[in-house]
Amino acid sequence: MSVFNQSRGRVVQIIFGAVFVIILIQLINLQVFSAKYKLAAENNAIYRKIIYPDRGIIFDRKRRAMLENTISYDLVVTPVESKGTDTLALCQLLNIDTVEYKKRMREIVFKNTSVKPSVFEALLSQELFAKLYENMYKFPGFNLIDRSVRTYPYNTGAQVLGYIAEVDTGFLRRHREEGYEMGDYAGMNGLERTYEKVLMGVRGIKRYIRDNKSRIQGPYENGMFDTTAVAGRNLYTSVDVEVQQLAEKLLANKIGSAVAINPKTGGIIAMVSSPNYNPNDLTGSARRKNLGRMLLDTSRPMFNRAIKGQYPPGSTFKPLGAVIALDEGLITPNYGVSCFGSYTNCGVLVRCEHNNAGHAANLRLALANSCNSYFSDIFRKAIDNPDYKNPTGGYLKWKEYMNAFGMGTKLDVDLPSEDRASVPDTAVYNRAYGKNRWNSCTILTLGIGQDKMTSTPMQLANMMCVIANKGSYYTPHFVDSIEHEEAEDKAVLAKYREKHIVTHTSDTVFRAVHDGMHDVTVYGTAAAIKVPGVEYCAKTGTAQNPHGKNHSIFVCFAPKDNPTIAVAVVVENAGYGSTWAGPIGAFMMEKYLNDTIATDRLAEVERISNTDLVPSAIKEWYVRKDNQRQARLALEAANKAAQMNEEEENADKLPNAVPKTEEPKKEKDSKKSTKANIALYLHADDRFKVKKSKA
Amino acid sequence: MSSRNSSVSKGVDWTVVALYAILVAIGILCIFMVEYRSGSNWLQLFLGGKTNYSKQVIFAGFCTLVAAFILMADSKLFTAFANLAYALGILLMLATFVIGKDIKGSRSWIAMGGGFNLQPAELCKIFVSLALAKYLSMQNTDFSKLKSQLIAGGIVLLPAVLSRLQHETGLALVYLSFFIAMYREGLPAGILVTGISFGALVVATLIVDPNVLAITLTIIAILIIYFTRRQIKRNSKLLLIIIATWAVCVGVQRFAVPYIFNNVFECYQSQRIYSAVGKDYDCSQNKHNKIESATPGAKAYKPDDYNVRQSKIAIGSGGFWGRGFLKGTQTRGKYVPEQHSDFIFTSLGEAFGFVGCAIFLLLYFFLLIRITVIAERQRSTFSRVYAYGVASVMFFHLAVNVCMTIGLFPIIGIALPLISYGGSSLLTFTVLIFILLRLDADRQMVLR
Repeated sequence: MSVFNQSRGRVVQIIFGAVFVIILIQLINLQVFSAKYKLAAENNAIYRKIIYPDRGIIFDRKRRAMLENTISYDLVVTPVESKGTDTLALCQLLNIDTVEYKKRMREIVFKNTSVKPSVFEALLSQELFAKLYENMYKFPGFNLIDRSVRTYPYNTGAQVLGYIAEVDTGFLRRHREEGYEMGDYAGMNGLERTYEKVLMGVRGIKRYIRDNKSRIQGPYENGMFDTTAVAGRNLYTSVDVEVQQLAEKLLANKIGSAVAINPKTGGIIAMVSSPNYNPNDLTGSARRKNLGRMLLDTSRPMFNRAIKGQYPPGSTFKPLGAVIALDEGLITPNYGVSCFGSYTNCGVLVRCEHNNAGHAANLRLALANSCNSYFSDIFRKAIDNPDYKNPTGGYLKWKEYMNAFGMGTKLDVDLPSEDRASVPDTAVYNRAYGKNRWNSCTILTLGIGQDKMTSTPMQLANMMCVIANKGSYYTPHFVDSIEHEEAEDKAVLAKYREKHIVTHTSDTVFRAVHDGMHDVTVYGTAAAIKVPGVEYCAKTGTAQNPHGKNHSIFVCFAPKDNPTIAVAVVVENAGYGSTWAGPIGAFMMEKYLNDTIATDRLAEVERISNTDLVPSAIKEWYVRKDNQRQARLALEAANKAAQMNEEEENADKLPNAVPKTEEPKKEKDSKKSTKANIALYLHADDRFKVKKSKA
Repeated sequence: MSSRNSSVSKGVDWTVVALYAILVAIGILCIFMVEYRSGSNWLQLFLGGKTNYSKQVIFAGFCTLVAAFILMADSKLFTAFANLAYALGILLMLATFVIGKDIKGSRSWIAMGGGFNLQPAELCKIFVSLALAKYLSMQNTDFSKLKSQLIAGGIVLLPAVLSRLQHETGLALVYLSFFIAMYREGLPAGILVTGISFGALVVATLIVDPNVLAITLTIIAILIIYFTRRQIKRNSKLLLIIIATWAVCVGVQRFAVPYIFNNVFECYQSQRIYSAVGKDYDCSQNKHNKIESATPGAKAYKPDDYNVRQSKIAIGSGGFWGRGFLKGTQTRGKYVPEQHSDFIFTSLGEAFGFVGCAIFLLLYFFLLIRITVIAERQRSTFSRVYAYGVASVMFFHLAVNVCMTIGLFPIIGIALPLISYGGSSLLTFTVLIFILLRLDADRQMVLR
């Protein structure tokens, strides 16, 4: 029998062998030909931790840090480890109730599982951190994780510096290839936005091995594949923090803007838009509290009027009108007109402040006296220039000059969303009057900086630079140099180091303009405004506008013979240029040139700073807003007393809903001119009233 | 004394002893890899005796002692006590129903004190091997007769049924491996072929859509009838057999398999079997699950192939050369459940890759072939049947364990012999192998 079955022993061995072969084939399949398992193992076990580098610092011209990095803390929780936490004590510290605590925990577990750490409370305030830190032993599973945030030691330059914020999905979509991830912070405005790539630095990645419950076991391969974080590079700007601070102080309680540029380099010394905000209000835990309020504020503190506000330049345009006429060869500095208090050659009456004979006998006198007749006359000469067949041709040449001076075009400053303001195209006039049916008379007031012409304060300051430099300018910019400048950075900064030559007039011709502007400060409209020890040139403007009182405008540069600062100041609806804008510009020059304000003038600084020139419409808005909040709080209190929780929520929603619906409308309209803004808000407030009465 | 020593060592197959020692050492190494944590003082932990690898070393030492005793014993002892041992094993298994200790949902353990537990179902493999050998080697046994075949089957299946009752499905299946030994002794091949065909049919039922499979089976039946129409004309019974077979196949496929999966198996078992062929099992159809979900608060099981997935990832990530000793991230991160016992093969696969696995499997293959060679050189039927029993059990354990870690077989709790952590398992296979060596050393003696 056993002999018969001997062959079966072989069969058994073959069965053994066959199964081994099958196993080996599957092993080859798994281990040699399937790459996915290796990948799956890495996804399982390797935890990539992003190491955030310190963002670059922004320095002013004297190497003072306008912003710095400090550590803020997040309260982070790992839900599975949080058993035994003194929930009540934690809630008391965080000022939340246990219902809120449970809700947050549920959300965290739902979003990020219960074994991974998640942020429970982000960006703790200093005192909250201190309180929590003392009591951490009561809260197992909770940790305080540090994170770098910006602080602003000088509390200044908010709109210029911009702010950083956590990236949202829209940002990630727009910057897909740049390696941002959810939870990253990026510059959202101002210099932070423009120089994001420089300031950001390079993020490092550390790899750790984690176990099946996502607990870190140690570095992966002893850190062989880790990359180190490279800190962001610093920016060195031309800003003078003290001038900036002074200008902000002077413009307090006013709506307006001031820009100071160094004509020799194009570097911006100060750029202020008022109302302003403290940049520290938008960092760390303060941001959540303040951002919404600031976006809703009708005076729009987030709006940089220096590059986005559009104002008719008024008389401050006159030196430029003169330069254009001179450069076109239409007049000489000796050209004069006889004016007796008005310009009547066009049928319409353009009034002039002066009527004594000879106040416009030459360019210098005309500038010093700001003769409307004179500048209307030379504007007409430019439009009716015989070199061009018709007014359209003359106007196009004039507009070309204007654009060359940076008026009506973007100057390309290193801030995002600069506005080009307006030097109207011929199409605008064709539409208004019909093709070829307009002439130098119909657009006459352009010659004195009115009509449809608008410009931003920065453009006005740049105009002053061109005149101060006798016909050339550098594109206004903040950043002079970047730390460890690379070829790439040099390419970015090249446009700010290139001299733009605008006119081909001789220096002697410019001297007449300078002298005229100097005379303004000696016996003209700015005679009362002095800068101790400095001879300067200036021009005041009192721009008519359709939205109330005249804008007070002042442009100037100093010192007269070797200008190193050119300033433009606009104070909205404040009246004469010499009363408000003038002194502000003078103080800025004094601070920059003398490095200090003469002690006897400090009282004047305080007086200007404290004077409230905010238009009544905006003040009314604040009052109404405040009343509403009071009413809401009263209602809430009443409801709470009645313990009607549900109704309390409704009451809460109702007043809040109104400004929310207003918001998108505002944003859309903000693209239109600033001048329209106040009217818009008045309009918006009217609707507000209607809704409120309905409510 | 020296003559006694020489008589003990004389005729012992040292190749098997060496392979045994190598495999046990590999096992301890693998357990060490699973338990090792960087930064911990492993030597201190090792000497502390609290870790699994130090326990396994203690087990190995104890097993060496047992092996020495077995080699010194008289081989007649095993034939003499075979039936008694079998009876004792069955008794112990029955005892677990009364004094059993619950470990991981299975009451198949008896506490031995000192933290050690004994699993009688594990040890019973030895007794079944001996008893089967004893029965088949009896003078009056004619294995070609159905009665003898049924008795042999009964000897094997009794502990299997008891194991199943203890919810140790894996151990119950192991006893099926003795059919390989019985096949060698003349069990009709038809039984094995039928069994394998049935398995293939069940797998096909799981993979293929029921209607498609039914149509395929019908087409096959019609083709067979067409090609055998001449024989059918001569013998009309053949047609009847074909149609009956077809009816049984379709019946199994349409009704029996779904019934078994929904009503006999637990939900997790059905899931494991389905996941082994790469499919999801809907637990809402399961009777046990329905009963459970009827009780409030009970949650329906989710389809889960976590174990197989992680195990395949671990082995697959090893690549051709492996990640290196103690460098496997899957192992260090404890991603594979039960890695020190049933899934020990994954740590080997991850650390040493395909090369390591192949060498390991070849060592094992060599051991199994060596045992069959030993079996064939036995003069006595008892020794031969016993040797085939050992080879079959070890082969079954190895094949099923490795196949389940690489996703070729549903997950059932079967240890990798000599490698997996566990005293009972190691002791069982030590005893199995060394009894064989003792018998082999005395192969010149005719045993009954």
